[in-house]
Amino acid sequence: MTDWRDALNVVVKDVATEMRTKEALGAMLVFALLVIIIFNFALELRSDNAREIAPGILWVAFAFAGMLGFNRSFALERENACIEGLMLAAADRSMIYVGKMLGNVVFMSLAEMCVLPIFAALFDVPVLNPALWLVILLGTLGLCAVGTLFAVMAVSTRAREVILPLLLFPITVPLIIAAVKATGQVLDGQRLSEAFVWLRLMLGFDIIFTLLAFLGFEYVIEE
Amino acid sequence: MNMSASVTSESKACYAVEVEGLSKNWGHTAVLRGVKLHVPYGSSVTILGPNGAGKTTLLRILATLSRPSGGRVRVDGLDLLRFDQSIRQRIGFVSHQTYLYGELSSFENLRFYGRMYRVPDLEQRVVELLEQFGLAEQRDNLARTLSRGMQQRLSLARALLHRPKILLWDEPYACLDQRAADALTGILRDLRMKGSTILMTTHDLERSVQATDQVALLVAGKIVYEACTQTLSREQLLATYLERTRSRT
Amino acid sequence: MSQRRDCRLFVLIGLSALSMAASLWLVFGYVPNEQIMGPVQRIFYFHVPSAWVAFLAFLVAAAAGLYYLLRFDWRLDAVQVASAELGVVFSTIALVTGSLWARPIWNTWWTWDPRLTTTLVMWLYYVAASMLRGLVETPERQARFSAVLYIIGFVNVPLVFLAIRLWTTIHPVLFTSSGFALEPSMLLTLGMSVLALTLLYACVLAIRVRVGVLETEISTLQRHWSTLPHADEGGLE
Repeated sequence: MTDWRDALNVVVKDVATEMRTKEALGAMLVFALLVIIIFNFALELRSDNAREIAPGILWVAFAFAGMLGFNRSFALERENACIEGLMLAAADRSMIYVGKMLGNVVFMSLAEMCVLPIFAALFDVPVLNPALWLVILLGTLGLCAVGTLFAVMAVSTRAREVILPLLLFPITVPLIIAAVKATGQVLDGQRLSEAFVWLRLMLGFDIIFTLLAFLGFEYVIEE
Repeated sequence: MNMSASVTSESKACYAVEVEGLSKNWGHTAVLRGVKLHVPYGSSVTILGPNGAGKTTLLRILATLSRPSGGRVRVDGLDLLRFDQSIRQRIGFVSHQTYLYGELSSFENLRFYGRMYRVPDLEQRVVELLEQFGLAEQRDNLARTLSRGMQQRLSLARALLHRPKILLWDEPYACLDQRAADALTGILRDLRMKGSTILMTTHDLERSVQATDQVALLVAGKIVYEACTQTLSREQLLATYLERTRSRT
Repeated sequence: MSQRRDCRLFVLIGLSALSMAASLWLVFGYVPNEQIMGPVQRIFYFHVPSAWVAFLAFLVAAAAGLYYLLRFDWRLDAVQVASAELGVVFSTIALVTGSLWARPIWNTWWTWDPRLTTTLVMWLYYVAASMLRGLVETPERQARFSAVLYIIGFVNVPLVFLAIRLWTTIHPVLFTSSGFALEPSMLLTLGMSVLALTLLYACVLAIRVRVGVLETEISTLQRHWSTLPHADEGGLE
C-alpha cells in the first residue's frame, strides 16, 4: 500500500503550489459567482420561482468552475513538461491520477464552500445542512473523476481547453440531473432518504467512472 | 559487419543498456529503424547525430517515456516493457525540459521528487545535492526565478536524487554558455569516476570527445558508426560525421 | 484469402440489399395505416431501428476499443473508429426522423422522450470524441484516446437513460414516441427494418474497416520504402 504515498505527494504538492498563487481558486470562485449572477438576470428570477431554479443554477456554476480547475491542474503540469517528471518518478502511474483527482476535489470543494454563503444570500435558501453538503460532495467527486481524465486528453491536443466541456457535459448528464434534483429536495427541507434514488445514481456514477478513469489514465498519459 | 574496438566488442554477460532492432514509428514516418546498441556498465557514451536522426526518441524510449514500436530493449538487465517500474528507479533522465515546478523552491522541488522516489534521508540528500551543484544559496528561491543554467543544474540534481546507476541525458549542452558548459563537463567526469553509466545525446562534437569515452553516430534512425574517443581525434570524428551525414541529405 | 473476404462482403451486400427492398415494401406496401397518427407513423419503422443500430454501433466501438487496449492491434482501431462514425450517422437519422415524426403529430420539433434525449446526448458526446481525435498528433495516441472515450461513452448510456427517465417520471412528458399498440403486421415490419438497417450497418462497417486497414498498410509500405538502401548506409568501418 505504499503506492498511495505517491498520490498523497501529488495532492500536497498541488495544494502547496496553489496556495502560493491562488490563481485557480480565485478564477473558479469568481467564475461561479458570475454564472449565478448572470443567470439571475437572464432568467428574471423573482422570489416565487427562485427556489425552483436555484439548484440548477448552482450546479451549472459548479460545473463550469470545476472545468476551469481541471484544465488548470494539467496546464500547470505541461509547463516545463513536469508531467514527464511525474511519469518518471512515480512507480505506478495511476497514482498520479488519484493524486490529481483528489487535488481537484479539494480545490473544487474550497471554491464551493466560498460560493455557498453567497448563494444562500442571493436565493434565500438554507445551506447549513449536512445533507446538502453530502449531495455536493457526491457531485463533486463524479465531476472530478471524469474531468481529471478528460482534462489530460484535452490538454494534449492542439485545441487545449476548448474540447473539455464538449466531452464533459454529455458524460456528466446523469450526475448533473441527479445532483440538481437531490439538491432541490434537500433545500426544500426533505429528508435525505427521500432523495435516495438520486443519491444512489450519483454514487453509482462516482464509483463506476472513478474506476474507469483510474484504469484508463495509464493509456492516456503516455506520449 | 565487423566490430571495431568500440562499445559492442566488450564481452560482458550483461550490459547496462541493450538495444536490438529497436524501431519507432510516428504515423507514416519511421524515426528509429532497427537500432542496435550495447552499453557496458561504467562506460559513458555519446550518441551523435544530426537533427531528426532520432537521438531524443531513443533516449526517451530508454527512459520509459515512450513505447517502442518493435525490437528488444533491456535496461540494467530488465526488459523494458515488462519491468518499466523497476527500470525507472534505476535511471535518471535529464531532458532539455527542466521538469521543475516554477512555484516551488529549489528545496521543495527536490524534496517532492525525492519523496516520489522514496529516497532515504531525504532532507540530508537534498541539502547535499544543492551543495554539490552550487545551488545552496538558491535553496528557498522559487524555481522560476532561477537562471537557465541554475535550472539545468537543479534538473540534473533531480535526476540524481535516487542515485541511479544509469544516467540518460538529452542535449545537456544546449543553450549553455562556456562557463556553464565547462562546469557540466566537470560534473560528467565526476559521475564517470564514481562508476555511473552515462548515455548522452548531443550534436556538439567537441564536447562529446571531451566528456565521454565512446561515441555512436545515429543517422536517420540507425547507428552507423561507433568508436572510442581516446583512439580518435576530433578531426577524424568530424570527417566521419560529415561523410556519414552527407549521404542522407 | 482476400478473395474469400471479397466473396463474403458481396454476400453481405446482397443480403443487405434484399432486406432493404423487403423492408421498403413492407413499410410502404404491406403494413396498414396506424389508426390515430395516419401515414406519418411509418417513419417509426426507420426511426426506431436507426436508434437501435446506433447503440449497437457504439457498443461495437467500445468493445473494439477495449480489445485494442489489451492487444494494441491497429486493425481494431479501424473498427472502433468506423463503428463510432456509423453510430453518429445512425443517431443523426434517428434524431431527424424523430423530429419529422413529432412535428405533424404533436406539433413540436422535439419531445423530451428519454430514449430520444439519450440519443441526443450520445450524439453530442461521440461528435466531440471524433473532434478530439482529429486534434491529436499521432495515430497511436489517437487510437488510445478514442478507445478510452468510446468505452466510457458506452458505459454511460444506461446511466443517462436511467437519469432522464427518472426525471421524466417527475416532470411527465406529455407524449412518448410509441403511444400506440403494435399489431403483428407492425411487429413484422419493424423486425424487417431492424434486420435491414443492421445489415446495412454491417456492410458499411466492413467496407470502412477495409479502407482503414488499407490506409495503414499503405503507410507501412511508405515507411519500408524509405528505409530501402538507396545510399551508402550501415556498417562499421
